[in-house]
Amino acid sequence: MRAAESLVERPVERLPAAVAPAVPAPDAAPEQAAEPRLSPHLARLEAEAIFIMREVAAEFRNPVMLYSVGKDSSVMLHIARKAFFPGRPPFPCLHIATGWDFRDVITHRDRMAATYGLDLLVHTNAEAARAGVNPFDTETGEYSRLMLTEALKSALEQHGFDAAFGGARRDEEKARAKERIFSHRRGHVWDPRNQRPELWRLFNTRIAPGDSMRVFPLSNWTELDVWDYIRAEAIPIVPLYLAAERSVLVRDDNLLVVDDERMRWRPAEVMERRMVRFRTLGCWPLTGAVESQATDLDGIITEIVTSRVSERNGRLVDGAVQASMEAKKREGYF
Amino acid sequence: MPTALLSATPAAAAPALLAPPAAVSLLPVRARGALRLLACGSVDDGKSTLIGRLLHETQGVLDDQLAAVTRESRRFGTTGEEVDLALLLDGLEAEREQGITIDVAYRFFSTPKRAFIVADTPGHEQYTRNMATGASTSELAILLVDARKGLLEQTRRHAAIVSLLGIRHVVLAVNKMDLVGWSHERFGEVTAAFRDFSAPLAFRSVMAIPLSARRGDNIAAASPNTPWYGGPTLLDHLETIDVADEVDSPFRFPVQWVSRPHADFRGAAGTLASGRVAVGDTVVAAASGRMTTVARIVTMDRDLPEAVAGQAVTLTFADEIDAGRGDVLVPPRERAVVSRRFSADLVWMTDEEVEAGSRYLLKIGTATVPATVTRIADRLDLASLDRVPADRLALNAIGRVHVETAVPVAFDPYAQNRATGAFILIDRATQATSAAGLVIAGLDAARDVHAQASDVDPPVRAWLKGQRPLAVWLTGMPGSGKSTIASLAERRLVALGHHTMLLDGDNVRQGLNADLGFDAPSRAENVRRVGEVARLMTDAGLIVLVALVSPFRADRDRAAALFPSDRFMEVLVHASPETCRTRDPKGLYAKAEQGRIVNFTGRDQPYEPPLSPSLVLTTDELAPAQAAERLVEAILARIRNVEPDPLDSAQL
Repeated sequence: MRAAESLVERPVERLPAAVAPAVPAPDAAPEQAAEPRLSPHLARLEAEAIFIMREVAAEFRNPVMLYSVGKDSSVMLHIARKAFFPGRPPFPCLHIATGWDFRDVITHRDRMAATYGLDLLVHTNAEAARAGVNPFDTETGEYSRLMLTEALKSALEQHGFDAAFGGARRDEEKARAKERIFSHRRGHVWDPRNQRPELWRLFNTRIAPGDSMRVFPLSNWTELDVWDYIRAEAIPIVPLYLAAERSVLVRDDNLLVVDDERMRWRPAEVMERRMVRFRTLGCWPLTGAVESQATDLDGIITEIVTSRVSERNGRLVDGAVQASMEAKKREGYF
Repeated sequence: MPTALLSATPAAAAPALLAPPAAVSLLPVRARGALRLLACGSVDDGKSTLIGRLLHETQGVLDDQLAAVTRESRRFGTTGEEVDLALLLDGLEAEREQGITIDVAYRFFSTPKRAFIVADTPGHEQYTRNMATGASTSELAILLVDARKGLLEQTRRHAAIVSLLGIRHVVLAVNKMDLVGWSHERFGEVTAAFRDFSAPLAFRSVMAIPLSARRGDNIAAASPNTPWYGGPTLLDHLETIDVADEVDSPFRFPVQWVSRPHADFRGAAGTLASGRVAVGDTVVAAASGRMTTVARIVTMDRDLPEAVAGQAVTLTFADEIDAGRGDVLVPPRERAVVSRRFSADLVWMTDEEVEAGSRYLLKIGTATVPATVTRIADRLDLASLDRVPADRLALNAIGRVHVETAVPVAFDPYAQNRATGAFILIDRATQATSAAGLVIAGLDAARDVHAQASDVDPPVRAWLKGQRPLAVWLTGMPGSGKSTIASLAERRLVALGHHTMLLDGDNVRQGLNADLGFDAPSRAENVRRVGEVARLMTDAGLIVLVALVSPFRADRDRAAALFPSDRFMEVLVHASPETCRTRDPKGLYAKAEQGRIVNFTGRDQPYEPPLSPSLVLTTDELAPAQAAERLVEAILARIRNVEPDPLDSAQL
C-alpha cells in the first residue's frame, strides 16, 4: 500500500512539464507489476466506466466532460485517460465556475489541466454575477439555479455539446438513484416519468436534433468505492478533502471555512481553529465542513465506513426541500 | 433484536437506531464484484420495504436519511406510527405522493462479505419494461410474494421475464408472513405453486424464504417465529450464493473504438464480452473473415499478457486489419454466427405496436444497423407460459419474431451468451427504445458458412472498370414502361463506355425465380433475390438496371438497405392506370380482367409508390426515348460527381 502522504498536492514544479507529452506516460510503479492493484469489485466498476466513455466518444458528435474538480470528477478524469490511452480523451473538460469556488479548487484544476494537457473550458454566468447574484443575498435555490444550472445550460448550448459526462452517483441521493446512465434531456430537462429503458450495456444514444444526453459513468459507484479507487490509483485530489486544522466559522450548525474576504459576518461571529475536512466541495459559503481527524486516505475510508451521516448533508444547497435534487434536475441540473 | 426496532414508536425507536454500528474494523471484503440483483413482485408486495430493510440491516441507512424518512413517514407513510422504510427508495415526488414506485431505483449496500447493487423495479403492469431493464443487468432476482395473496398474474409475468432475460438464480421471498400467522402450511402452498409454475423456466437455483420485510424476520437474523424453517436468512443467502456461469464462453470482442492517436499506433479498443484472449492468439473479424494475430493488449497501467471477460483493453495486431466499430473479434475455431436473419424473442416497450414489415435500428454489441421485423411468429402468454399465435406485439408483450438486418451482424444465441445475444430495437422516428431482443438462432440455412475474405474487393473491381457502381431500381405498375426505358438507357450507357447489366423482372422469373408465384410472400422473395443479385453485380463493379414491378414499399426498402446509400437509386416509372391498361404490352391486364390471373398489381393487389424516389418518369407525357435520356442523365450525374475510389496501386 502506498503512503497516503504521497497523494497530497506537490508544488507544481515537481510535477511533469506543463506541456504534457502527446502520450502521457502510464502511472508506472514497479511494485504493481505482479498483482493487480484493484480489487475485482473496483476493476469491474472501472471497466464499466471505461466502456461508457468509449461508447459516448464513438457515438456522439461533440461530447464534453463536466469537470467540477471534486473527487468524483477526479476519478472520472483518471478513467477518461485510461479509456483512450495511448491517446488523449477526445473531448474537452468543462468547469462551471461560480466565482465562489475554493481557491484550492481552482489551483488544483489548473494544475491538472497543465499536467495532462487537458482542453479545459471554464464557464461562469457572468451576467448573473454582474447583476449581484451571490451566495449571501440570493436565496440559495435561486443562486444554485443561476450560477450552476443556467451556467451549465448556456455553456452546453454555446459549444453545441450533444453529450456531457457528469460524475453523479446513484448512491448520492434518491432522485439520482432512479436516473439512467444515459439520461436523455429535451431542452436539458429530465423527465423522470418518461425515461428510456436501459438494457444490458446497449445504450441507446440516438437523440433528435437539439436534444442532448447527460452521461454518468460512475452511476454504480458508492462514495466508498470512489475513495477506495482514489487510494488504489493514487489519484491527486484537492487538499480540502483531507482533515487539517482550519479557521472555521460555526453558523447554524454548519462549519464554514472562510476562503476570502468577501464573507459577510454576523454580529459577534468569531473564527475557531478546528480539525475539519470536506466530504463534498461546492461554493465555499454554501458548503459545510465536517469535523474529522482523517488526514490521509486511510483515515477518510475508515471515516466513511463508520459515518452515520450522508455525504450531501453538508451541502446547504440541497438542504431546504426534500426532493430538491429532482426539482433541480428537472430544470436541467446534473 | 431487529423485530423490536420499528414496532416501537418513532420516538422510542430513535435511540436504538442511532446505536453505533458494528465493529469499525469490518471493512468490506471486495474479493468479488458486487452481486447485482433485482427485487420484483406485484404492487404492495413490499419490495421497497424489503430493500429499505436490507439497507437498514446492513447499516446502509445513515442518520440524516433516517431522520428525513421519519419526517416523511408522518406525511406520506402507509405504516401508521412505524417508520416507512419504503420511503428510503421511493425517490421521486410523484411516487411519494402516490405511494407507489414508478421507476427503477438502484441501491447500494454491503456487508463485510459482499457488496450489492440492487434494482428496485415497479410492480404494476404498465411498467413491465422497467422490470426487464432491471433484469437485463442482474445476476439474481428476488421475487416477492404476499403470503396472503399467493402467486398473482404479475408474479408470473415477472418470473417469466426474469427467466427470459437469462437470470438463473431466484429467491422466492414469501413476505408478510406475520399476516398469515407464520403459517408453515401457507408457506408450503405458495412455494409449491411456484415450483409448479416455474418448472419450465430453467432456474438453476430457487430459494424460498418466509419473511416479514416490515418486521425484519429472516432478513439478517433467523426469526423465532418460523421454527419450522431451517434455511438461510435472506442476507446469508445473498452473501454466499455463487452466480458465476458454469461454462466459459468463447472469446468475443466487439470493437468499440478505433484508437489512432498517432501514425505509429492503431488499436481496437473494447471490452471483452466473454472468454479470454492472450498475446499471440489468432483472431478473426467475424463479418469479414479476416484473420490476424494479437500483438499487444494495451492498458494505461501496463501491457497485459492476457485479458478476460469484462476487462476494457485496447488490442493491437500483427498486421493491418480493418476492424472498426461494430466488428466482433472471435477465435477462428469458435466463431460467432454471422447472418442477416435470425429469430428472436422481443419484450415490447412502446405504445407503438410492432407488426411484420416494421423497420427499426438494431443495436447489437457495438453495431447499429437498419433492421426489419419480417415476421411475428407468436406471443408468450405469461399466465400459462404457452405461446399463442399473434400478428402484432403491443406494449409489455413478449413474442417470437424474425428479424432481418440490412448488413450481416455477428451474434450468439442469448442462451449461450448474454452479451452477444442481446439487442435493442430503436424507433427511427422517435429514437425511443422500442424493444429488448434476445437472439434465439440464426435463420440462414447455411448458418455454419463463414465469410471468406477476398483480397480483390469491390473498390478494386470498380477501379479497373473506371466507373462508380450503381444500382438503379425502376419500380412501377405493369405497363408503365419500365422495361422499355431500362433497355434504352442501358444501350445509351454502353455506348458511353460503361459496364452495365439489366435485370428485368420477366426475364429473372424465367430462371433464378422460376419457382416463385405472385402472392405477397413470393413477391417479397422475388425482390429479395433480385436485390441480392444486384448487390453482387455492383460489387463486381457494374451499373445495374433493375426493372421490376416490386409493388410493396417494405420489400423495396429491404433491397435498398443492401446498398450504401450512394450506390442505390430508386426510380418511379409512373403512368395512369388507364394508360397502362391501354398499353398492356403483354396482354396481362386483359387476362386479369377475365380473372385468368390473380394477384395482379393494380387490380387485386395494391401498388405502393415510393415516398421519395430519386427520379419520377411520367410516361403519360414522356416518350420512351425522352424518359431514357432523363434516366441516363440522372445516372451520369450520380456516378460522375464522385471519382472512382482512389487506390494505391500497391494494393493490387
